Amino acid sequence: MTKRKKRIIGNIEIGIGTLICAFFAVLFLAPIILTITNSFMSAQEISANYGTVFATTQTGGRVFISKTVTLKFIPDMVSFTQYINVLLKSPEYLLKFWNSVIYVVPIVVFQLFVAALASYGFARYEGRVRSIIFFFYVILMLMPYQVTLVPNFLVSNWLHLTGTRWAIWLPGIFSPFAVYLLTKFIRKIPYSVIEAAQIDGASEWQIFSRVCMPLCKGGIFSIAILIFIDYWNMVEQPLILLADDELHPLSVFLSRINAGEISLAFAVAVIYMVPPLLMFLYGEDYLVEGITYQGGIKG
Amino acid sequence: MKIAALLAENARKKVHTEKSSRMTRKARYLSLAYLSPSLIGVLTFFVVPFMVVVYYALVNNPVQAEFVGLSNFISVWNNRAFQRAAENSLLFSAIAVPLAVVLSLLLAVVMESKIPFKSRFRTFFLSPIMVPIASVVLIWQVLFHFNGIVNEWMRMIGAGKIDWLKSEYALIPVVLLFLWKNLGYNMILFMAALSSVPGDLIEVAALEGATKWQIFYKIKLRYLSSTILFVAIMSLISSFKVFREVYLLAGDYPYDSLYMLQHYMNNTFNSLDYQKLSAAAIIMSLVIIVLFFVMYKAEDIYGKDVEG
Repeated sequence: MTKRKKRIIGNIEIGIGTLICAFFAVLFLAPIILTITNSFMSAQEISANYGTVFATTQTGGRVFISKTVTLKFIPDMVSFTQYINVLLKSPEYLLKFWNSVIYVVPIVVFQLFVAALASYGFARYEGRVRSIIFFFYVILMLMPYQVTLVPNFLVSNWLHLTGTRWAIWLPGIFSPFAVYLLTKFIRKIPYSVIEAAQIDGASEWQIFSRVCMPLCKGGIFSIAILIFIDYWNMVEQPLILLADDELHPLSVFLSRINAGEISLAFAVAVIYMVPPLLMFLYGEDYLVEGITYQGGIKG
Repeated sequence: MKIAALLAENARKKVHTEKSSRMTRKARYLSLAYLSPSLIGVLTFFVVPFMVVVYYALVNNPVQAEFVGLSNFISVWNNRAFQRAAENSLLFSAIAVPLAVVLSLLLAVVMESKIPFKSRFRTFFLSPIMVPIASVVLIWQVLFHFNGIVNEWMRMIGAGKIDWLKSEYALIPVVLLFLWKNLGYNMILFMAALSSVPGDLIEVAALEGATKWQIFYKIKLRYLSSTILFVAIMSLISSFKVFREVYLLAGDYPYDSLYMLQHYMNNTFNSLDYQKLSAAAIIMSLVIIVLFFVMYKAEDIYGKDVEG
């Protein structure tokens, strides 16, 4: 093959690759962009576009009816009425949003705190018993909610936590996910660093708080993002553990939006995805690092 | 890092620490103190109640507490609703997992080539990970409703309307949602694995006249084999969690073909049938444990094969 021929083939390959990526990029972004642009439509426009869709649903009558369905990327007229309605006139959405915050923030902070201590314990001295315990943590981490919710439900009943926020908080805080991942990060710290600290006379606590944790800062960010999305998205736990709708996070509430309020739904959906998207914009590299570290037995 | 390698490395470290320092024993107990908050929590919220779950699964009811052997398991296993839920969940996994592996591998391979706007594309592919399912479900409903956009397109090309969410086709929108959410995650894992293929190996192969396809098939795929298995099993495990998507799309009582294992569990929770609940949870945990050991063994085997 001549050089020129090779170059042409290479260019064709790059062209095809770019096309594939562009195709997937459109598919991946379209739902997000559509949600955002639709949130700037007025109630009339939403009902004109999707009337037939939301007139009949599993949750009962929704009000708007129109014969045709049109998918529109750009609103006829940009309107902030939906946002104004959500923010000023329908406090229940903001309350549910606040519920989500109330669940997620303590879980992220305290799961990381518990995990920081535990992963140091796992990474620093490894014995057979500790390997076995770690092994159990990994298996536990892999269990889907169908399995873990049963024990969670039992404990919540024994401790009379069912129906309170603690039923969500406590299992979340002690979830082994962060322990597993942070242990991997700490184990990447070269042993010589710790040894040097020891020789300098650092105590165990100093090695933990002054050497290991600062070195794992990136890892802690990554894990915080991963825990955040997981619990921001939560659906299964509140359905089982919280009978009272008042305490439900927005993720569950959004799916049961009331009849006649469907035009608000897009605005609520956008407000709901703002915090994780902001995190993503600032922390994409951390997210990637966190996922990469899950390679090998995430389990 | 692979777990087997970790264990080996830690064994080495252990020897090292024991030789070099006399404070080992004290530090050992001290490090147990670091573990204790997590251990207490995990024992309280997961392990101890799970033992009770095992107990519940083996007795006829919590009050009489008569040992009944496997009869709870048998009655769950023969339960029509459980069977239907298990079939649906397995069918979903059988469709979604291969697609999740192949498509994300394709994306990772393409992303490894010299295409422009690489980091932009990476951002685009990752963004669904961060978007809550509840937020995009509205769009899915607009698309796949009986009077929705997709049917509008179907009409234009002259095909018949399909009630996507309320028919045997209902798995398709859910598979698409699952892929939309998970491809980016898998792609990152594959990209990390691809970048760890030694460059000199590929150079030598190219010098000796191997085609790109040969390099991919004979070298890269071999290095990727453990990651492929890992991604496949992780996708399988996350496909067990697809209830979230189904619930948000179709609610508590979806069409029959979308009735997943978690729906079965929710209904059993509502009827407070602890025996069934426990037996079902144990059956599912056994599936996960088997998958875990497959992964664990495979990492051993493949790890040795590739790393020598």
